[in-house]
Amino acid sequence: MNASPLDAAAPAVYDVARVRADFPVLATTVRGKRLAFLDTAASAQQPRAVIEAVADYHRSSHANVHRGVYQLSQKATDAFEGARERVRRFLGAASTREVVFTRGTTESINLVAQSWGRRLGPGDEILITWMEHHANIVPWQMLCERSGATLKVAPIDRRGELDLDAFRALLSPRTRLAAFTQVSNALGTVLPVREMVAAAKAQGALTLIDGAQAVPHQRIDVRELGCDFYAFSAHKLYGPTGIGVLYGREEVLRDMPPWQGGGDMILTVSFTGTTYNELPFRFEAGTPNISGAVGLAAAIDWLETLGIERAHAHEQGLLRRATAALSQVPGLRIIGEAAHKGAVISFTLDGVHPHDLGTILDAEGVAVRTGHHCAMPVMDFFDVPATARASFGCYSDDEDIAQLVAALAHAREVFG
Amino acid sequence: MDLKDLYRDVILDHNKRPRNFGRLDPCDSSADGNNPLCGDRLTVTLRLAGDRIEDIRFEGKGCAISTASASLMTEAVKGLDQDAVRRLHALVHEALTSAVDAPPPEGLGKLAALTGVREFPARVKCASLSWHTLAAALAHRDTASTE
Repeated sequence: MNASPLDAAAPAVYDVARVRADFPVLATTVRGKRLAFLDTAASAQQPRAVIEAVADYHRSSHANVHRGVYQLSQKATDAFEGARERVRRFLGAASTREVVFTRGTTESINLVAQSWGRRLGPGDEILITWMEHHANIVPWQMLCERSGATLKVAPIDRRGELDLDAFRALLSPRTRLAAFTQVSNALGTVLPVREMVAAAKAQGALTLIDGAQAVPHQRIDVRELGCDFYAFSAHKLYGPTGIGVLYGREEVLRDMPPWQGGGDMILTVSFTGTTYNELPFRFEAGTPNISGAVGLAAAIDWLETLGIERAHAHEQGLLRRATAALSQVPGLRIIGEAAHKGAVISFTLDGVHPHDLGTILDAEGVAVRTGHHCAMPVMDFFDVPATARASFGCYSDDEDIAQLVAALAHAREVFG
Repeated sequence: MDLKDLYRDVILDHNKRPRNFGRLDPCDSSADGNNPLCGDRLTVTLRLAGDRIEDIRFEGKGCAISTASASLMTEAVKGLDQDAVRRLHALVHEALTSAVDAPPPEGLGKLAALTGVREFPARVKCASLSWHTLAAALAHRDTASTE
């Protein structure tokens, strides 16, 4: 593993107060109350290092990339391409040709569906799981509608675990792609992605992993995983919104047609024909989100300095203690009880609709996500219209949990 | 901003014991409403006598605000003609969206209990869903959405 050298030097005790001090927003109050931000799975807050890196870029290095010969443009290009190299190392990809910048996980998946998907036709199948985010459902439904291919869905059980045998049984030589999440955003379930990739490969299918919920919490090595595509967003990784990554294995990307046309993705343009640029630029039409890429690189630096494994261990401790504390709340039902979970707890409270709960918790300074979490099939499976979801990040602490538990007691009072 | 202003006793009562809950069968008109953001869903069924709402029921799943608003609405519009319903809908809309320090519009009756919602912009759609659905039913459209 290519652990950051600073990991070894970092203190053994995880000093969450010091981590929190890096996040200006955590010092703010909500309605006069301490902010207990428990919605990191939707979007993480940004440390000062990221905010400053983006501001510095705007102050001293901004120009368009890959275009000017002047110094400022070169600086911007260096920053942008430097960020690409940073992402390559972060993912363990073989080459920066395999790192495509996108707007985020959703656009990464749509890129694959629009470009690679053009080769699909009737008789072909795509396999997903029941616990996918809408971003890993709808692009494939649209592709199936266009191409005549069929979408298959591997079932889950009442604890929120994937039925791995059923997943294997649904794979066949007709399966062209298996696309699945590494960690469920709605349930927290950690999927057995290695086994899933191996099973899909054995049938000759390509694999796409939605890593949006996984990258902030564990070290990723795409070559070790053996997947063909890996998608994630910067804003779940303590970076800016509007920037994300599609990793694609070079052999696969090379044969994929462009999906959006415009500047930067071409070599030559004439009215008799246009030739396309090399990887990865062929998939990056138009001026990219340069400052976003700079912010993403800064976020990776920051997180690796903190130590992803150490942050993960801290979050798992919070998950255990929060699960125990919430289990004591009368009428509270935890949705998603997989053996291996990310730091996410979805729950319902008897007699209080999740939206009312969200409003009442907000009045106590507690920010949780409420709704269907862009995973309506999961809500239908558990027969709930919506859930409340508390999720933890590297800066979450036990006071957040205590504040949540107290606010839940208040909600029960309001609704008597 | 005060939670008690949002969750007034009238709202909590209508949430716990929604009035006119269920489905009229047969009915003269019906519509389904849904709030895609939160997954609230409800169905309004109507029996009309000419231009007048003779009977109305609603059913569905939603938060306290959406359930109470639908329940209060069914009580308020029963017996009204369509013009009167439109006028009341406009008043409710004003009550839900006017500035927090503006005096609430007059003529709302029990519906005035909903004025606390305007302090919680994220919840306005919860309160307006039933009214959009009723409007759709009166216009003989099948679905309404708050989007």
